[in-house]
Amino acid sequence: MAGALNRALADALEADPTVLVFGEDVGPLGGVFRVTDGLAARFGDARVFDTPLAEAGIVGTAIGMAMNGLRPVVEMQFDAFAYPAFEQITSHLAKMRNRTRGRVGLPVVIRVPYGGGIGGVEHHCDSSEAYYTHTPGLRVVTPGTPDDAYRLLRDAIDSPDPVIFLEPKRRYWTKGELSTDPFAFDRALVRRPGRDVTLIAYGPMVATALETAAAAEEEGWDVEVVDLRTLAPFDDETVCASVVKTGRAVVVHEAPGFGGYGAEVAARVTERCFHHLHAPVLRVTGFDIPYPPPKLEEHHLPSVDRVLDAIARLQWDDEVVVHRA
Amino acid sequence: MARTRVPERTLLPGEEPLSLLREDGTPVDDAPLAMPDDDVLVELHRRMVIGRRFDTQATALTRQGRLAVYPSSRGQEACEVGAVLALREQDWLFPTYRDSVALVTRGVDPAGTLTLLQGGWHLGYDPYEHRVGPQCTPLATNTLHAVGFAHAARLKGEDTAALVFVGDGATSEGDTHEALNFAGVWRAPVVFLVQNNGYAISVPMSKQNAAPSLAHKGIGYGVPSVLVDGNDVAAVYAVVREALHAGGPTLIEARTYRIEAHTNADDASRYRDAAEVAAWLDRDPVDRIETYLTSRGLLDQARREAVAAEAERFAAWTRAQLNTDVVPDPDELFEHVYATRPAHLRAQAASLREELA
Repeated sequence: MAGALNRALADALEADPTVLVFGEDVGPLGGVFRVTDGLAARFGDARVFDTPLAEAGIVGTAIGMAMNGLRPVVEMQFDAFAYPAFEQITSHLAKMRNRTRGRVGLPVVIRVPYGGGIGGVEHHCDSSEAYYTHTPGLRVVTPGTPDDAYRLLRDAIDSPDPVIFLEPKRRYWTKGELSTDPFAFDRALVRRPGRDVTLIAYGPMVATALETAAAAEEEGWDVEVVDLRTLAPFDDETVCASVVKTGRAVVVHEAPGFGGYGAEVAARVTERCFHHLHAPVLRVTGFDIPYPPPKLEEHHLPSVDRVLDAIARLQWDDEVVVHRA
Repeated sequence: MARTRVPERTLLPGEEPLSLLREDGTPVDDAPLAMPDDDVLVELHRRMVIGRRFDTQATALTRQGRLAVYPSSRGQEACEVGAVLALREQDWLFPTYRDSVALVTRGVDPAGTLTLLQGGWHLGYDPYEHRVGPQCTPLATNTLHAVGFAHAARLKGEDTAALVFVGDGATSEGDTHEALNFAGVWRAPVVFLVQNNGYAISVPMSKQNAAPSLAHKGIGYGVPSVLVDGNDVAAVYAVVREALHAGGPTLIEARTYRIEAHTNADDASRYRDAAEVAAWLDRDPVDRIETYLTSRGLLDQARREAVAAEAERFAAWTRAQLNTDVVPDPDELFEHVYATRPAHLRAQAASLREELA
């Protein structure tokens, strides 16, 4: 996936001379995850460059550059390191188009490696999507596969609106083919068709959901997996079509559940699909705790077993199946 | 007044504010910067008189309920007008909420300038038409926008500089320091103008800053710094003009005073003495340039009356523009959130339309 992101950046830099890549360590080092590897050498230090270590500075100057006609793609290095930039993101990046009555759009992409599962110490593993999806004006996307990583990043850079691009860092080393499908920004995708229950996942949990679906097959459950890809704006159509078909849904994410993104998904699905539901929409999330130390993170992160348990809790019995029929 | 030589792109500001006109309106002998040309001085005066009249008019409109709030810049006209007239046409201004006089000096009309405070929309002018960013309400965040804008101009090979206004309180914010650091490292053509008016709402300078001056804050970032008398419009103009041509960043602290309260909602008598205000009224920036121009024969009674009449016309235009009730289209709520309206906002717009039908 890191390679797919690298190729997307290279292709975007090649295609559009106004695209810039900058942030802490993205130059000669190629980023701490090597996502920007080789770009500075290939495109020069006027287009790919290191900045002082200051996240508000990186985002704030990106805003000024975008006002002046450039398309910055900046890196926050780690999820929790982005918090100093929060004011620039919420007060300016997200609102500039609205404040200026559409006159000033900000085509800025903020890449945020996010989530846990890599044995990182504190402040390196937050899932901060709810902060961003709660902010109107931002598009928030997260790829679950290398293919989507490439396609979504190209779309994000082309977007006239600011995009928070959340990279599931535990999937950086996932291998996969890049397809030539048309881009599908703003659209969720059914990654695996199924009849009995919908697993709604995104980013790092897409792989977990697919693994769960495979395991559930052995139990006789035919699980559909929907990969949201774009968290905001939300693709109600794809998600609801799936839930109407299966009648059962589980939302899976790493972030704490309370006030989390899954609550929004569950509420939307309930509001729109209530008469098709055979069980309440369940959430499988991280616990409502600060991200734990590495030796405890396996207990915090949603596992295949925990998702399977949720599927079982959807009153899965013959009586219900008969009633459905 | 004691003074030191203007720093020749050295980092250290002088110990006393740089000045071209003394408080009594007489020129400083052996001034380190050249006095602006006569026509510039005359124009600076004219714009200050218009700016002040506009400011008092806006305050009056607030009392009449036409504006939700108005942060007056009365007493700071030399900063507002001197700095803005120093801009070249291609340069950009990144103002704060207190800089309405700067906006009208840049050519934004009264309605456009006051739309934010009137509540019709967040911004009432086209930033690209006037080369003026939105008036920034969060403190110091606009400094980074200015640095980014100026750096982009350089990357594009354009000869454009950015001028960003902040107040004294904003120098305590982290963004000011990140912006100075970025500007120093990138050598971005950006001028930081700190209008030190003595108070961040109610908090005085003594509780805001321990450095010898706010201009000293440039030193650690490698940004040349200047301390200027912010009530001396000739000096502000000359210093900003020079900084805009420097090809790199400059931090300017302009010492001035806010005559009115922070906004109409503030009670300044709770935190400052009437004697202090009176002392600053004696250092009025408009009086100072008038005295000088009169002594030079550049301002006579006829011209004074003509400028006053023009200021009255500007105030009348301001009243006329602001005295109409603004009824924004509720559908616009959903219009500028994204480049195109996504499904959920189309649905919410339809629902509001139905509610209002």
